Amino acid sequence: MTANGWLQFVVFFLALLAFMRPLGIYMAHVFSGKYGFLGFIEKPIYRICGVRSDEEMTWREYTVAMLLLSFVSLLLTYIFERLQYFLPWNPQHLPGVEQFLAWNTAASFTTNTNWQAYTPETTMSYFTQMAGLAWHNFFSAAAGIAVAVALVRGIARRESKTIGNFWVDTTRACLYVLLPLCILFSLVLVSQGVIQNLHPYTVAHTIEHQTQTIAQGPVASQEAIKELGTNGGGFFNANSAHPFENPTPFSNFIEMFLIFLIGGALTVTLGRMTGSPGHGWAVFACMSILFAAGFTVAYWAESHPNPGLHGVSAHASSSQAGGNMEGKETRFGISQSALFATVTTDASCGAVNSMHDSFMPLGGMIPLLNIELGEIIFGGVGSGLYGMIIFVVLSVFIAGLMVGRTPEYLGKKIEAYDVQMSMLYVLIFPLVILTLTAVSVLLPMGLGGISNPGPHGFTQILYAFSSAAGNNGSAFAGLNANTRWYNTALGFTMLIGRFLMMVPMLALAGNLARKKGVPPSPGTFPVHTPLFTILLTGVILIVGALTFFPALSLGPILEHLLLQHGILFS
Amino acid sequence: MRTLNIAIRYTIVTTILLGIGYPLLITGLAHVLMPDKADGQLIMRNGQIVGSALIGQGFTSPRYFHSRPSAAGNGWDATSSGGSNLAPTNKKLVDRVDADVAAWHKQDPGTKGPVPIGLVTTSASGLDPDISPAGAYYQVPMVAAARHLPEGTVRALVTAHIRGRQFGFLGEPTVNVLELNLALDQVQGQK
Repeated sequence: MTANGWLQFVVFFLALLAFMRPLGIYMAHVFSGKYGFLGFIEKPIYRICGVRSDEEMTWREYTVAMLLLSFVSLLLTYIFERLQYFLPWNPQHLPGVEQFLAWNTAASFTTNTNWQAYTPETTMSYFTQMAGLAWHNFFSAAAGIAVAVALVRGIARRESKTIGNFWVDTTRACLYVLLPLCILFSLVLVSQGVIQNLHPYTVAHTIEHQTQTIAQGPVASQEAIKELGTNGGGFFNANSAHPFENPTPFSNFIEMFLIFLIGGALTVTLGRMTGSPGHGWAVFACMSILFAAGFTVAYWAESHPNPGLHGVSAHASSSQAGGNMEGKETRFGISQSALFATVTTDASCGAVNSMHDSFMPLGGMIPLLNIELGEIIFGGVGSGLYGMIIFVVLSVFIAGLMVGRTPEYLGKKIEAYDVQMSMLYVLIFPLVILTLTAVSVLLPMGLGGISNPGPHGFTQILYAFSSAAGNNGSAFAGLNANTRWYNTALGFTMLIGRFLMMVPMLALAGNLARKKGVPPSPGTFPVHTPLFTILLTGVILIVGALTFFPALSLGPILEHLLLQHGILFS
Repeated sequence: MRTLNIAIRYTIVTTILLGIGYPLLITGLAHVLMPDKADGQLIMRNGQIVGSALIGQGFTSPRYFHSRPSAAGNGWDATSSGGSNLAPTNKKLVDRVDADVAAWHKQDPGTKGPVPIGLVTTSASGLDPDISPAGAYYQVPMVAAARHLPEGTVRALVTAHIRGRQFGFLGEPTVNVLELNLALDQVQGQK
């Protein structure tokens, strides 16, 4: 670890801190309907689509609208993939995508996962990437923000049957938040060298008289929304490690910043919309503690060279990064690679700028653990906040049990139904991950995908299902997941991880909105204090550790111990 | 049914707006403002495209500086980017590094020291255009001997091609291999 490596972490955190507050306040205004300066685009959309924008929805109506939009768009993307040969912007004349893969990809992008079982350069046309995949980048993010905002309204409102209008929330999230930032930052990325064109692939004749075909495409426009919407689906197979997606350390910095920006800002929005800014900061503090802890371990682990390698010099100096450079880019080195891996899995982004499969055992455990904690450390746009609110409800509940009072949260009594919905959310997630990992380990077609023998192979499978259920999309990418078993099983896991968790969330929102407010009393457990932050952090770690520690000990922890004794697998 | 109707219309309208309109807008703006960058910073020599400044390529002759090993396709395949994804406990990784270390010592009998880690590890993209300054200096004796140039000249060329950390603190110092090799050819006035 170097001082300069830590400096990059600190500057990154300060940049986030500086920009998230204005954005969070802006978003609180946007979703309260205070702004209308984009009405000239917004209103025609409602008119053409038949949306009554002044109509409020119950939680059930809100859920139905969200599910139907997801279903229709999933179908449309599937059609685009299958028919891309006949559609425009396909200069490489790529054929239609095979059906299992097309299903997996459509599910993947609909659920904000962006798991990629294919090599984009040789599979997806520019049209499919733009109109199919990038569209989902916008709308899976917007839907996530909408659900989070609906939940916040549920907390803030008193005796209300409704939680907002899904179409309006989604449209506002796109037009007022995502699109302007994307236009700005895609141009910033182009200035660093991210490409943006519709040309056929370039054929270069190298100075050693070889030919090299260089993939092109409209990358920058997709890159901006990929990070800002915590989607993570790369335009190229190597994702944000590809020099055309992420050419410089500054583009890398911007990409990480975009991944955290909305997740951070939403904590401010939470505080604003519920009239308790201190609570927003308490939640932010908890996220920051877990973020810093994850980075520290990942950075420490990756700074050490692989003890199995001999005849190499791997110490950090002013002329090389040193450490574990397998699967990492020279320009990013160790610090920016470890930071990116932490950020992308704290959030449900899943973009990668280094190959997690080649991380040291404990370095690779951090991304996995971040996902398994529920991606609530800033988290996916929207999904991070509502996932975190679940843990807030549980913390308040536990605090209530300890003092023997009915728990309250921001003036709302937390009752049996609320805790049931929260527990549903907490239990579905590990259930699907651990069950399907166990099934895959027992099936020949599950084991057949493993590329690294020994405990690492188990981690590959565990990572795949964690990533799919958490809608992350990063991978221990050596796993060959483009098979019928993995395409189908992971496709369903993504849908479960998205929708079976969003629905209890909206039910909770509806139930909270219905309740009367209760004035705070001396017995109320305050949710804006450092004590609350500590309790919340504790609850998250205990739930995550109890659930996943046995599986982690069979994977990365065992691998770490074996590697220290010089044991390799072939 | 009404909601389904809205969902269908909404998907179509927004696909036109954000799925097609937005990327075309950015493509237009990028080509007006930064055309070279939008097209991938292609490098021309004698009227021919010899590569992109951002996309690494393989070099085999000792007259040129070598890039890091590549796991993209069969090596340096810029339509199939990716890493080796070998685990630290996979014997294949250790065997590959051992073989590469041996190859470096064989190619360059003058240099006996340990090989800088970057030169024997694959990058994440398989298209890393850079090597570390340590990796470049390590190759100076090999290149100088093959070109019958004084080592000092080659070393000075490497030093001139080091790109420091961005804004003084971001990322790591790098040397762009293709640009360095083109400069080498220019020094000797070839082609």
